[in-house]
Amino acid sequence: MGLAKRIIPCLDVDNGRVVKGVQFVDIRDAGDPVEVAKKYDEQGADEITFLDITASHQGRDTMVHTVEKMASQVFIPLTVGGGIRKVEDIRIMLNAGADKVSINTAAVFNPEFVKEAAERFGSQCIVVAIDAKKVSKPGETDRWEIFTHGGRKPTGLDAVEWAKKMAAYGAGEILLTSMDQDGMKSGFDLGVTRAITDAVSIPVIASGGVGNLQHLAEGVTIGGADAVLAASIFHFGEHTVQEAKAHMAACGIEMRID
Amino acid sequence: MNTIAIIDYGMGNLHSVSKAFEHVAPETRVIVTSDAKVIREADRVVLPGVGAMRDCMAEMRRLGVDSLVREVSVDRPFLGICVGMQALLERSEENNGVDSIGLFPGRVVYFGDELFEVSPAGEKQRLKVPHMGWNQVHQTMDHPLWSGIAEQSRFYFVHSYYVPALSADYVVGEAHYGTDLAAAIARDSIFAVQFHPEKSQHAGLQLLKNFAHWSGQL
Repeated sequence: MGLAKRIIPCLDVDNGRVVKGVQFVDIRDAGDPVEVAKKYDEQGADEITFLDITASHQGRDTMVHTVEKMASQVFIPLTVGGGIRKVEDIRIMLNAGADKVSINTAAVFNPEFVKEAAERFGSQCIVVAIDAKKVSKPGETDRWEIFTHGGRKPTGLDAVEWAKKMAAYGAGEILLTSMDQDGMKSGFDLGVTRAITDAVSIPVIASGGVGNLQHLAEGVTIGGADAVLAASIFHFGEHTVQEAKAHMAACGIEMRID
Repeated sequence: MNTIAIIDYGMGNLHSVSKAFEHVAPETRVIVTSDAKVIREADRVVLPGVGAMRDCMAEMRRLGVDSLVREVSVDRPFLGICVGMQALLERSEENNGVDSIGLFPGRVVYFGDELFEVSPAGEKQRLKVPHMGWNQVHQTMDHPLWSGIAEQSRFYFVHSYYVPALSADYVVGEAHYGTDLAAAIARDSIFAVQFHPEKSQHAGLQLLKNFAHWSGQL
């Protein structure tokens, strides 16, 4: 027995509201991220991630209030991603009560930012998000590249090399989203998950494409991930976090089950 | 009114610790402060901490927090959290070596880049560093702060340096991650934890509640 693998429900938040319906929450205001997070906490979620997709400046302030409210009511780790571009953005979110921030595009355009952030706040709170897509053709050696803008823009950066670089720059964790899988519900890209897990010594969270509970388990047993992140499988009431944990535990994976 | 002072020396997020105490002990006044006078007058004192040891100790020395900790930890309940626990030892290997407060003998050491665990099936598995996530804590000694917390409960850890659990008589809780590490240490009115009780849901909140009501006596 020892360290448990983690399940992390992810909420997309726009202007302080959860976007995409969340069907299982039996409350009047189904769009309140804190109420949804509480529900997941009760189900045994190991952490929560808020992905801020707000475009406006005003919306950013709303997110800060949401994080403050969350931190005074839900006592498990919270990661905030989306729009983290400057040291000041990190400071504001950590002061509001976030435990970690996730840096995505800003790391691609300015890798030194990751170094600066880790030196200033400590690696433990810096998650680097990587959106990877397979670029090798059938028959070729597998190769994955970093994409930005929701998977539309290639960067020419090799995903595995990039993960190693980010770890060397002080990232405390990698959030790996396999873009070709995302939204397809056909499971994680286990090839890139395994390649990156083996290449770095920091924890890796697998994300993207979860359609059933077996996908979550395979992220760990085949992909080697330390944690799995999922959204819609939980939001639409298909499965609870408890069910996911029970399934993973039945596959021989160590989980936190009360 | 009972007061808990959370020492603010500019390192890390104190919001979560203070909110967690307000949640479990609504009758208590929770103050986040760097004011020595306020800290001296508090009934209970908490030393939190995240980030690098060198920066933490530098800030503590600049603000006089190190000597203040020596003073207030002897006559009232005192709780160290994460780096706030590590700082209570004599020295840390982090940042090429940092002298710390020295209330407990011993050193804080690095997990190493080659940390392994052998699975029950005999497979050698490499462990990731930092040690991040929910691990079980074995309560090696009875203590009032373990009250109402089941043996082997899971707490949330995130750290790359640790206090070895071997041969230290002040260890009251142990976790295993490639090696045996001190999850909790205690002596007299001092209790300190490597994990984050403020992020450890029921078990963590119970520990904070116990602290908010602890007399400091064993």
